[in-house]
Amino acid sequence: MPIRSDPAPAAIAPGARGNDALDQADHPASEVLRFGPDQPLRLDSGRQIDHLQIAYQTYGTLNADRSNAILICHALTGDQHVASRHPVTGKPGWWSDMVGSGKPIDTDRYFVICSNVVGSCMGTTGPASTNPATGEPYGLDLPVITIRDMVRAQVKLIDHFGIETLFSVAGGSMGGMQVLQWASTYPERVFSALPIAAGAKHSSQNIAFHEVGRQAVMADPEWRGGRYFREGTSPKKGLAVARMAAHITYLSDDALHRKFGRNLQDRDKPTFGFDADFQIESYLRHQGMTFVDRFDANSYLYLTRAMDYFDLAADFDGRLANAFKGTRTRFCVVSFTSDWLFPTVESKAVVRALNAAAASVSFVEIETDRGHDAFLLDEPELFATIRGFLSSAAHARGIV
Amino acid sequence: MNAPSTQPPRNVARVDHLAIAELVTPGTRVLDVGCGDGQLLTLLEATRGIDGRGIEISQKGVNECVARGLSVIQGDADTDLVDYPDDAFDYVILSQTLQATRRPRHVVEQMLRIGQKAIVSFPNFGNWRIRGLITFTGRMPVTGNLPHTWYDTPNIHFCTIRDFVALCDEVHAKIERGIALNAHGQRIGLNAPWWFWNLFGQQAVFLLSR
Repeated sequence: MPIRSDPAPAAIAPGARGNDALDQADHPASEVLRFGPDQPLRLDSGRQIDHLQIAYQTYGTLNADRSNAILICHALTGDQHVASRHPVTGKPGWWSDMVGSGKPIDTDRYFVICSNVVGSCMGTTGPASTNPATGEPYGLDLPVITIRDMVRAQVKLIDHFGIETLFSVAGGSMGGMQVLQWASTYPERVFSALPIAAGAKHSSQNIAFHEVGRQAVMADPEWRGGRYFREGTSPKKGLAVARMAAHITYLSDDALHRKFGRNLQDRDKPTFGFDADFQIESYLRHQGMTFVDRFDANSYLYLTRAMDYFDLAADFDGRLANAFKGTRTRFCVVSFTSDWLFPTVESKAVVRALNAAAASVSFVEIETDRGHDAFLLDEPELFATIRGFLSSAAHARGIV
Repeated sequence: MNAPSTQPPRNVARVDHLAIAELVTPGTRVLDVGCGDGQLLTLLEATRGIDGRGIEISQKGVNECVARGLSVIQGDADTDLVDYPDDAFDYVILSQTLQATRRPRHVVEQMLRIGQKAIVSFPNFGNWRIRGLITFTGRMPVTGNLPHTWYDTPNIHFCTIRDFVALCDEVHAKIERGIALNAHGQRIGLNAPWWFWNLFGQQAVFLLSR
């Protein structure tokens, strides 16, 4: 299939937005693939993106058989810089403990691909990207994106590499949703699948939390109906509050208690005011403030919406097992005991469905008090599980 | 499983696994409930070419299995077997685990629902050594085969071979074959009467069908 790499459309000049992070939307610090209107990205909404840009990173070497590729799908606020320094924050890649030479996802052995998802803001087409039709950022003119749309874009990237079957697709949280979507929609192209801390649907409670976040963004007077770039404003306060609320859901009560308890921040007694008296307040404010420097508010709306819409069973008359009917993919499902955003019961529902579909499935519930975020952290049992699962799958696939 | 099962001495364990393997038709689908570190599944895959799955309660066991390339899910036989559809497997195996389940009857019933056939192996509490220990010491037996004291044993539902046969009756399971192994891992003659099996069998393996 011929892939045309179009020249970059007329984009807003670097620096013109007064925000390093949002420059990444048009000028990402990674590889880029562009598609023209002859190869539009068709979306679940019935609309399409005519000028698709995909920003991605790769690690390791694709072997001659093209059989050793692992696609990593990132979470809501993640990006393609899995194991590379973040171009805006300067921090190490979000999964640099997991991906690299000699790491569980071993780049000496596997060819690792990670692309920024559609709707995000790190270089793949999203609301902060310049709309070639107008020369302005898309804003809310971008069609609503679904998890399946993200996967469709990834398929284009995989096709570009000439990879018939991915050795593995792995990801946590929203990344895990993409893994399940891949396995369901393209079973013959996925040799093994690793959905971590995810589920086959977004629960009512999860949607509720996302709605709080979106309302916080949209209630910020600087949001301006999503046209803040044009108006020279920035809904930082709203986005920071959204991040603060969400961040609580990524941690567990025990972890918060262990880290902060009721400790006061740089003071001996309460101030009888509304300053950040408690360490947890100060921590959340910091989380909120640093987040807005690297993320686009409209992207936050689009991606949370994509997660809310995700319900894999809904496409199969509510029978999740049918989403995996006849699959030959090897699955390894992982959950964490203290994750209340995607609790173990969600993973077990996936495992049950896979069992009913007679799929090859392993399932590990890892004991930790670190909550949903555990998939990003140094969790030895997670590393051991992924290393073991991939090694045995590699053996079965004949990867040396 | 609720807890690690009592593993008999190594040489006996092998015989026990081999006895199970003999009951499994090659190329079938097998679920091993309480599969531990995956030894039996590995043996069955190697010698019988089965398509195997496992359930194991311990994270360590599951990780060892996953690293071996087995498809094993972390779960509890007492609660998680209900999640499997009817007739999902040709064989459902419960090896040295029955005595550690909270509801052995429920587990056996579920096994026969999920599998066309069930294979159950367990230590025989009716063995003469056990009887002797209780009779002469007046205390719960602790042996090489059953090394736990009564207060810290995972084995909460010991039974004898006759007890198990009675349970099969109650759940209307048909005993297709039975194998009793003595303390040396040798098989007790097929023609021996139940009382003889119950007295001299240290372990038993049963193949059941509905």
